[in-house]
Amino acid sequence: MTIQFNDETFYGDFTFKNSDWAIKRFPFPFHEDSYMYSVNMEPHKSYRPGSVFERTFDVDEHYVSEMKDRARVLANDPLRCQSLPHMTLAGWDLVELIMEAKAAEYPDLFELHKDGNRWRWVNKPLGIDDTFTFLDESTLPYGPMEYITRQTQGDFAVLDQRDDNLWMDAGMVTTQADWSLDFDIGMNFFEWHAPVPKAHEMGIFVRALKFLLNIQQGQPARRLNWTMTINPLLDTSPENYHKWGVMKQGLTRENIGDKQHLRVELQTFFRLPRSNALVFPIRCYLISFNDLVKVPKWARRLHRVIRDLPEELAAYKGFIDNRPLMVEWLSQFDDGSPTSDGIWPDDD
Amino acid sequence: MSAGTAKLNVTVAEVKPVNDLVTRFKFVRTGGGDLPTFSGGAHTVVEMQDGDITRLNAYSLMSNPADRGAYTISVRRDDQGRGGSRFMHTKVKEGMEMVISNPVNLFSLDLRAKKHLMLAGGIGITPFMAQMHQLSMMGGHFELHYAVRTASLGTYARELSERYPGKVHIYHDDQNEAIDLNTLLANQPLGTHVYVCGPKGMINWVHATAEEMGWPREAVHSEEFLAPASGKPFEVKCAVSNKIVQVGEHQSLLEALEAAGIDAPYLCRGGACGQCETNVIGYDGKFLHYDHWLTDEQKAGGKHIMPCVSRFEGKTLVLDR
Ligand code: HEM
Ligand code: FES
Repeated sequence: MTIQFNDETFYGDFTFKNSDWAIKRFPFPFHEDSYMYSVNMEPHKSYRPGSVFERTFDVDEHYVSEMKDRARVLANDPLRCQSLPHMTLAGWDLVELIMEAKAAEYPDLFELHKDGNRWRWVNKPLGIDDTFTFLDESTLPYGPMEYITRQTQGDFAVLDQRDDNLWMDAGMVTTQADWSLDFDIGMNFFEWHAPVPKAHEMGIFVRALKFLLNIQQGQPARRLNWTMTINPLLDTSPENYHKWGVMKQGLTRENIGDKQHLRVELQTFFRLPRSNALVFPIRCYLISFNDLVKVPKWARRLHRVIRDLPEELAAYKGFIDNRPLMVEWLSQFDDGSPTSDGIWPDDD
Repeated sequence: MSAGTAKLNVTVAEVKPVNDLVTRFKFVRTGGGDLPTFSGGAHTVVEMQDGDITRLNAYSLMSNPADRGAYTISVRRDDQGRGGSRFMHTKVKEGMEMVISNPVNLFSLDLRAKKHLMLAGGIGITPFMAQMHQLSMMGGHFELHYAVRTASLGTYARELSERYPGKVHIYHDDQNEAIDLNTLLANQPLGTHVYVCGPKGMINWVHATAEEMGWPREAVHSEEFLAPASGKPFEVKCAVSNKIVQVGEHQSLLEALEAAGIDAPYLCRGGACGQCETNVIGYDGKFLHYDHWLTDEQKAGGKHIMPCVSRFEGKTLVLDR
């Protein structure tokens, strides 16, 4: 199907909205009625046509507006996009990965024509038609990573792999759940994960890193992560905490269904061929509580997960103060009946 | 999850003897089309159907990483070894179809380096050939010091000297030429990274010398292909799959598990990546740990084994597979 792109905002008047299509394909992250951290990684294989797991890089109705929001955030704070000098080659790898995947999987939206190193890239939704020389930076308006990630939904961390570790040496980060590229740049896997509770003691990061170091070309992996956000705000950065932190105080019984959003990240991992770096796209999906409870199974399950979530996780994810209100509101949709295994709605 | 290496179907496009010991093989995609790009230092695992035995050997890709039309590898005949190299030398002919893995890089360049100092011994030259292609394309600064036994066994020595004038230094064992490592390391600019690939003795020598001279550990890189060691046959009990598996003299434990239809993860098949780590449930005998992955305590502990390279001698071994 051809996608109808929404004209919407993720700040100010917050006109962001999910269509019925977007609600139905929302990546609900809970496969059972409780949640704890785990090494939840699986191959990034095409799965369930129509779902967000079908394509290498999912494009949906929010694409055009998300890219406008990214441009707005970057105009205010250019440090959201950084690439240390040795990461330029990885940037080109990313250009190739995204352009080839999108042109093959969305031929009605994107085209890539190659004549040796002379490439023509057509991005119809954003009205872009550029010809450039692959591996020649002077032929693009931005560095290669910035160029392609201004045209791709989701944040991107590009990790250099050396000394049996991963180093956050480049990234485009404008839709993050309260972490900062400018703070994390140059850090390694254990350093940037330091604030996460419990997972270190559980040995999750040691095992996850082992797995990531071994990810190879042609065998990408993925996992889901989640948190909570008031208002459909993509840019919940520490840099702007003074603007969005206060929104958490205005939550009431009356506005919670509308304002409270479940925020889910589809995280994928790809080995990049020329640089041997790893790219970590973090794609953010938002859904309001009102829309989420349209799927009865999700409503029952979310109530139970939030109610029983360990304190440390609720505190780290930043919703411990609003948890009682969330649980109370969600409880009206939970009649106690059992929920089926897996993340998908029952009516399929 | 088992991370089986993604496979590529290829056809042998050329078999070319380079000297008395080394033969070069060129692979193109069966049915045409591009092969995946790779980075200098990457290897591919070649599958060899040798009668009843499937052999899997890792070989460094030596061709230009930017050339997606073909991959080339060079194989040194090892008459002492398990027969993988002998198979390549005697059985593999032009036009033959083979299966190889996607490129995997366990020996990649540190792209932050101001200068790349490469030290090769013998057939250890091959990963550097791809790295030099890559660096010269990117305008990177590199220098190769290459020790060979004799001029006639100096695989690619002449070609490389011609291709990169002033950057390639050859040392002939039979003329008592040797790399003066202390002087070489002492004269490197700040920000140099050292890479070594060759026999085990050479690798240890470079690491030890660099450490003595105060080089940071992360500026010294090595890759050593452990040929899976042959050894006495032994028997394993696999508790999960409830099977008894015989490991032959010229077979690795990993190969024996695979032949028995047991899902055994692997990646490098050379004792380096950690993917095949397997829990030991019980044993009576002695482990022969040949891997670089387990810590010394783990090796002494008798609770883990890396089936791709390590073996066992004794009465019983029970694995969690
Ligand atoms: C290389 C890719 C990865 C990058 C760049 C990355 C980055 C991050 C960052 C920046 C944070 C926020 C930390 C903070 O509070 O400042 C985070 C949180 C976290 N990461 Fe990762 N991560 C990666 C891979 C993984 C993997 C493979 C796992 C586990 C299997 C993992 C598990 C977690 C968990 C559990 C959290 C806490 C999230 C929450 O509760 O909301 N990460 N990660
Ligand atoms: S497969 Fe890499 S250590 Fe065994």
